[in-house]
Amino acid sequence: MTKREYLEKDYRDALSKYLAEQTEQALYLGQKISKSAMESDISPEEIISIHQNALKQIFPELSKDEMHALDFLLEVMLEYGVAFRELQSLRHQQRELKSEMEIATNVQQTLLGTNIPVIDNLDIGAISVPAKHMSGDYFHFVEDEHKRVAVAIADIIGKGIPAALCMSMIKYAMDSLPENRTSPASVLESINRVVEQNVDSSMFITMFYGLYDPSNHIFTYASAGHEPGFFYDYQENEFKELTARGLLLGVDKRTMYKQYERKIEVGDMIILLSDGVTECRTNEGFIERDTLVELIQDSIHLDAQSIVNNLYKKLEKMQHFQLRDDFTLIIIRRKF
Amino acid sequence: MNISIDVQDINSEVRVYVKGEIDAYTAPRLREKLYPLSDKDKVVMVVDLSEVSYMDSTGLGVFVGLFKNVRAHNGDFKIIGLSERLHRLFEITGLADIIHIKSHAEGGTQ
Repeated sequence: MTKREYLEKDYRDALSKYLAEQTEQALYLGQKISKSAMESDISPEEIISIHQNALKQIFPELSKDEMHALDFLLEVMLEYGVAFRELQSLRHQQRELKSEMEIATNVQQTLLGTNIPVIDNLDIGAISVPAKHMSGDYFHFVEDEHKRVAVAIADIIGKGIPAALCMSMIKYAMDSLPENRTSPASVLESINRVVEQNVDSSMFITMFYGLYDPSNHIFTYASAGHEPGFFYDYQENEFKELTARGLLLGVDKRTMYKQYERKIEVGDMIILLSDGVTECRTNEGFIERDTLVELIQDSIHLDAQSIVNNLYKKLEKMQHFQLRDDFTLIIIRRKF
Repeated sequence: MNISIDVQDINSEVRVYVKGEIDAYTAPRLREKLYPLSDKDKVVMVVDLSEVSYMDSTGLGVFVGLFKNVRAHNGDFKIIGLSERLHRLFEITGLADIIHIKSHAEGGTQ
């Protein structure tokens, strides 16, 4: 017997049962049939024809008019059948897209993979969580032969797939920079030229680039319109804004960037973030930078990775576990 | 998530009044409406954001695009009525140095 024949039999039995007793239980059989008909891709008009056949067998002397009426109903149901088949094909397409998306997400994760450098006197923690499948945030660490640590954090305006595609370009532009990247300002200037030439005019990128030299504990940095980070002064137990001025990448190819320097003492921290961190919205409004500082203070006795993890967990909770924007947070602390 | 965009032509100046929130959902509508208007030679466009309660970086993207387009047509692009929060957004991104902006305090809504 085919699926259809099985269904015809079940339908006839269930209908006879209901006609005989009109119980909830018999009605429930109808629900079960509806479910298995959907699973076997039986269309609405086929159900009418199954109903018609069942009636013919249960009541052999049913009038012609009643049969014709059902023929008519079957005709009326045809468009619903078309809609049903459309839905099936959309479901199929959606499954395909979803699996492609999963593959793309994996490719992106491999592409963006970065190792947090292990340097004796530095404690580094980083977290990056996308709001959707694909992230528009980018961060990268590079350690050179002099044990200097370069850190880049970028936010591509726009989310999802377009931002992710754009980020691949940034990633390659960064990789093709000369090995000796001692000047954050010139790094931003060359990335800016790449972005300006290759990106749509409404798309742009903010980026912060810093270089930590553990031989003299000088942190050199420059920013292209990126959300300012914080500098934590251990002696004073005080958070200060890590201000740096500079235009977004991709607006004007002749942009020059200003370079800043800061001496890092034992216990001091550099805190870098993407705007997803400060644009977190709660029921009471935005999370202010002061709140952010308080949240960091709460776990300041912990290691850098635990601080960023804790902060993420708290902000996620404050937003009821619904990230609106990609979220990236990096902490670099001088241990000794 | 609602936005209303009102465009008025006053003395060959395109005045745009935006009301509501500008984010990833509403920004495309803003772009669709304003881009064609910025495609004219020597266009003068003034965008009033005093009724905008929230704008994220997607909105900023729309304005950067508009600014570049207007500049390419030798026109003039201005944003007025910026709240403190929006003003900060333009400051951080360095756009305040290249786009003509005015905040509430400077009488930008006049």
